[in-house]
Order: sequence, then C-alpha cells, then structure tokens
Amino acid sequence: MVTIANIDLDDGAYVEWAGFVGDVPMFATADGDVIRVEGGQTVLSIHDGLLCAELVQSGDALLTGGEDGKVCRINSDGISTVLTDLEDSWIDQIAAGPNGAIAFASGRNATIIIDDKIASEISLERTIEGLAFAPKGMRLALARYDGVELHWVTSGGSTQVLEWKGAHTGVCFSPDGKYVVSNMQENALHGWRLKDARHMRMQGYPSKVKSISWSPKGKWLATSGAPAAIVWPFTGKDGPMGKAPKELGSMGKLQVTCVACHPTEEAIVIGYSNGMILIVKIEDGQEVPLRSEGKGAITSLNWNKQGTQLAFGSEQGEGGIIDVTS
Amino acid sequence: MDEAEEKIPVTVLTGYLGAGKTTLLNRILSEKHGKKYAVIVNEFGEIGIDNDLIVKSDEEIYEMNNGCICCTVRGDLIRVVQKLMRRKGRFDAIIVETTGLADPAPVAQTFFMDEDVRSKAKLDAVIALVDAKHFLLSLGDSPEAEDQIAFADVILLNKTDLVDADELAKVEATIRTLNPRAELYHTNRSDVDLTKILDRGAFDLDRVMESDPQFLDHRDDHHDHDHDHGHDHHHHGHAGLDGNVHDTTIGTVSLRGGDLDPKKFMPWIEKVTQTDGPDILRLKGIISFKDDTDRFVVQGIHMILEGDSQREWGKDEKRESRLVFIGRNLDHEKLKRSFAACAA
Ligand SMILES: [Zn+2]
Repeated sequence: MVTIANIDLDDGAYVEWAGFVGDVPMFATADGDVIRVEGGQTVLSIHDGLLCAELVQSGDALLTGGEDGKVCRINSDGISTVLTDLEDSWIDQIAAGPNGAIAFASGRNATIIIDDKIASEISLERTIEGLAFAPKGMRLALARYDGVELHWVTSGGSTQVLEWKGAHTGVCFSPDGKYVVSNMQENALHGWRLKDARHMRMQGYPSKVKSISWSPKGKWLATSGAPAAIVWPFTGKDGPMGKAPKELGSMGKLQVTCVACHPTEEAIVIGYSNGMILIVKIEDGQEVPLRSEGKGAITSLNWNKQGTQLAFGSEQGEGGIIDVTS
Repeated sequence: MDEAEEKIPVTVLTGYLGAGKTTLLNRILSEKHGKKYAVIVNEFGEIGIDNDLIVKSDEEIYEMNNGCICCTVRGDLIRVVQKLMRRKGRFDAIIVETTGLADPAPVAQTFFMDEDVRSKAKLDAVIALVDAKHFLLSLGDSPEAEDQIAFADVILLNKTDLVDADELAKVEATIRTLNPRAELYHTNRSDVDLTKILDRGAFDLDRVMESDPQFLDHRDDHHDHDHDHGHDHHHHGHAGLDGNVHDTTIGTVSLRGGDLDPKKFMPWIEKVTQTDGPDILRLKGIISFKDDTDRFVVQGIHMILEGDSQREWGKDEKRESRLVFIGRNLDHEKLKRSFAACAA
C-alpha cells in the first residue's frame, strides 16, 4: 500500500528541492519560499529567487543559495540563518560535506566553510558549474569548462585537474571516493577513475543528464536524460567501462526527469516528464507505481533517512509525501 | 498536462561602449508598454542600472564538441535563462545585452543549439546600437563592430545630433555597405519607438521576411522595384569592394529564381552552410518549390539552418525564390551559379 499526501504550493511554483529536514518534509521553490510541513504548512520566505538547495550530511538542516546572493541554513524547526550575503551576485552552487562542511559558488569563485569559518576561497578562470565534497571531506570537486578540478578544502596542497574537453555542468564523487563523474552540456556523463585518471565515457543519451544518484554502496549510478532510467554498473574495478547500462522503468517515449536511489535497498525511485513516479528494483526491474501523473515534470525526489517516505516536487507547483510502508 | 507554454521572446542588444545602451535599457525597464523585461547584462560591462530584473552574467563561450569554430553558444545564457524560466509570471520577455566587443553569433546560436533554452525561449531580433559619432573609428578596431552591424535585424543609429549631415550620410552609407537589409532608425538619446525594436519576430520562420523591408517591397509586384537606397540585388555582393566608404570583406549576396527542385535545393543549401558556414553571418529566404502550394521559408546563422513550409502562396503573389546571404568573403558568382542549378 502506498499513500500520498499532496502539499499545496503557490500556484505553479517550480519546486527546486523536496525532501526531509530531520523528519520534517520541506519543499523549496524557485521563487524562494520553503514550505515546511509539520501539523500544517508553514511558508518560510528565505530568498528572492532560490537557485540551489542541498541537505547537510547529518540531514538536520537544508542549505540554500539564492539570486539575492544569500546562503541560508534552515533547521528542521524552521529557524533559518543567513550564512553569507553577497548581495546581488547569484549563489549558483551549494554543496555539503562531512562534519558540517559547506561549499558554495558564485560565478568563478567558491568558498569553503568548515567549523563556521572560511577555510578556503577558490577562484577559477571559468564559471564553477558544479561542486561536490569527496566522501571523507578532504577535497572538493569543482566542475568547469573543459574539466573538473579537485582542490584540498584547506588552502595549500596541489590541485588535481581532470581534463575533458567541453562544458561540465555538474559533478559528484562515488560513495567510495574512487570515481568522479560529471554531467556535460552534451548529452553525456564523463567519469574519471581517480587512481589513474582513466576516462569513462557514458554516452548515448537523447537529452542532457540532469539528475544522477548513487546506490548506497556505490554499485550503481542511476541517471535521467532518457526515456528510461539509465543505470551504470560500478561493480568491477573498471567502473562501467565495457559494460552496458541497465535501462529501467521504460514507459514508451516518456522522459525520465529525476532519479533517487533508495537509502538502504537496491531500488530507484523514478520521476517522469508527465509527473508520474514509480519505484523499480535494480536487480530484476520490478516496478511499483507510486503516482500516475500530474501537471508537470518531476524536479526533485528525496527519501527520508529510513527509506520509508519519499518527498517529491514538480515544475508546476505540485509537491507531496509518499509513504511506501503503510 | 498543461497546454504548451508560450516561448519567451529574447531580444539581443549589441553595440559599443557609450552607444546608448544604458539609456535604451532604462527606457525599456521603466516605460509603460505592458510588458515586463528581464535584462541580462555583462557583469564587467558598462550598464549601471539597479533593478530587480537585471541579471549580471559573464559572456562565457562554449565551443560545441564538433570542432567547428563557428559552432559556439553562450554557456552563461544557458544557465541564466533556465534559472529565470522557473519563476513564472515574473517577466514576459528577455533582453540580452552584449559588450561592445562581443560576437553576436554565439548569443543567437544559443537559442537554436541548446535544447533546454530552445524549448522555453525564442530569439526575437538582434538590435545593433550605433554611436553615429564614433562608429567609423570603431570599425577600424575590430571585426566585431562589422559583425554586429551585418548580423542585425534592426539598427539604431544613435546620437545623430552629434554629427553633421555629411558625416551622418557617410555613417549610414557604411552601415548599408555592411547590411543593406536591416531596418534602420535615426535616434537621439535612444528615443526610438519601442514597438519598432521589441517583439519583431525577425527569427520566426513565419515572420522571417516581415522585418525585412527589401523582401516586403518585392512581395507585391505592383510596387516599384527601384529602391531609394539603390539596393538593386545585382550590386549587393560587391558594394563593399567599391570601397569608397569602408573597406570590408563583408557583403550581401541576393539571389532570385523561379521554381526550384527541393531534391536539388535542400542538399545544396545544406552543403553551402556546412562548407561556408563560418563565413555566413545570416541567411534568409523564401523558396518556391515546383508543385508545392506552400511558400518554403529558410533562415540560418553560420552552420545552423532552419526551414519549413510557411503558408500558401497568394493568388496574386508572384511565385519566385529569393535568398539572401550576409557574410564574409562570399563568392557571389559561385553562389549564383549553384543556386541557378537548383531550378526545377
Ligand atoms: Zn560551425
């Protein structure tokens, strides 16, 4: 049995992030509001225009960046703090690392905050289009035109540059820290095995890959960008090289717009361009429908820690909480 | 699902430092015309306007991975336009300001080459703002000044009060050498009627020729074919080489013919844009295909080519094919010959 609780958002508001802060469902819209759902709904006005949002690693607070130049932290109780204010410069990227580390980027500049103090500031020649902490938090990956740079989170130490021609618009580490994967402007992902910087080309998508998610132990990388979830195996020592990805949740021509791996089991929740949501087991492709359709494409999907509840948002002002256990 | 959303029109504003862009943008942002504009300006540029709908950006060029130097887009626009589009109802249209030295092609190409931008926004027109007093000097400095004029759909010759009649005539003649087909307005302090520059649909296949006065003149055969500016098509290609106004490799080639064979024309136009793409700034055309009741309309920027059936030929309309190229080092004779070979 599956139950859905639908959340009323502002008419048509684009949901940038839907998920759980602590145990409290929250929905962050592109307009800059964060809707907190506990008992009833409370609307927190956080930004004039919200560009990015990410949960801190403990799961107890949401980090947001806005068109207003502010970086904010919203706790599960709804109390928010402005961490930084760059005034009218957009905060384009935000990332969370271990022990409360935070990184954010505006244009070509990134700032790393550790223990509430600025640990390092990084300036690149090109715009920073993706940020991700390595699993142990010692290094930060920055995606930019023609490659990804790995910087130590405290100043000093040599930068490792992973080059690959073209625009890299996002970046992540595998959970074991052995691989770095970037989203590209082209319809492809690019990966590097860190120990020898070996390239991994993951191509063949009909459109850009905007959503990617690692399975909990890093065996699988689930991705959007096709009319099915494309799931790359990272089981051997060569990553996905020479292996075909699984195509899961194929629904005719319907595009997959969002994916989120279950926090404990080898299953993926998939969101589609028509608002449909389903869960699929990686092993055998068995599907369980969760939502038949909606007004717009699914933009965000996040599980709670236990993997019992799922929050979703769409680009047309829809949000909801799905209980998959009841 | 919701019905398909209307695409947001995008106007590109080019022009040199001091040509009057700030004044024009201020007017667009403040005057009552019933539309709200989001304006994307260069963060290191001259525009000093404080407004909620001003977004600073950094003119970042992406080369697309096919190795061709002309196939470039603006990476920053892809990011900014996508982000802006998420906030519905905040604005009705977008203006992209480019710095003086910017090549207008990557801006325009972004709206054709990026799938996300293309699905939400459409290029409306490219406006070039020209400072009448400093234009001739700036031409010597860089090919970009020429490109901006040649590329434009609408040219605002601004600060005309700062030059005398002779100088103005010389500036206008030079502009016409580079671009005989754009609409041209004389202005002081950017005082143009905004309806002349906004919502033009110059890149709409349906309206591709409406904003082109030369094509309008040709559409109705009862009109006089001798235009006041002397733009008879036989001379377009060589206007620049006549050389007394401004020495340039930019020229216009206007081609005319009768019914064409689509099996010849389509491969030909594709080949021309593939091989000469880097030199072709703009192309526009209305084609009459034999045994086809519809007008076929084409337009292009460098190697990007779009074409579609537009509407039925009118009863009193003379069926003919017309194609115009603006570009550098265009081989007039070769284009003419190979175009003629497409006849049905
Ligand atoms: Zn090209």
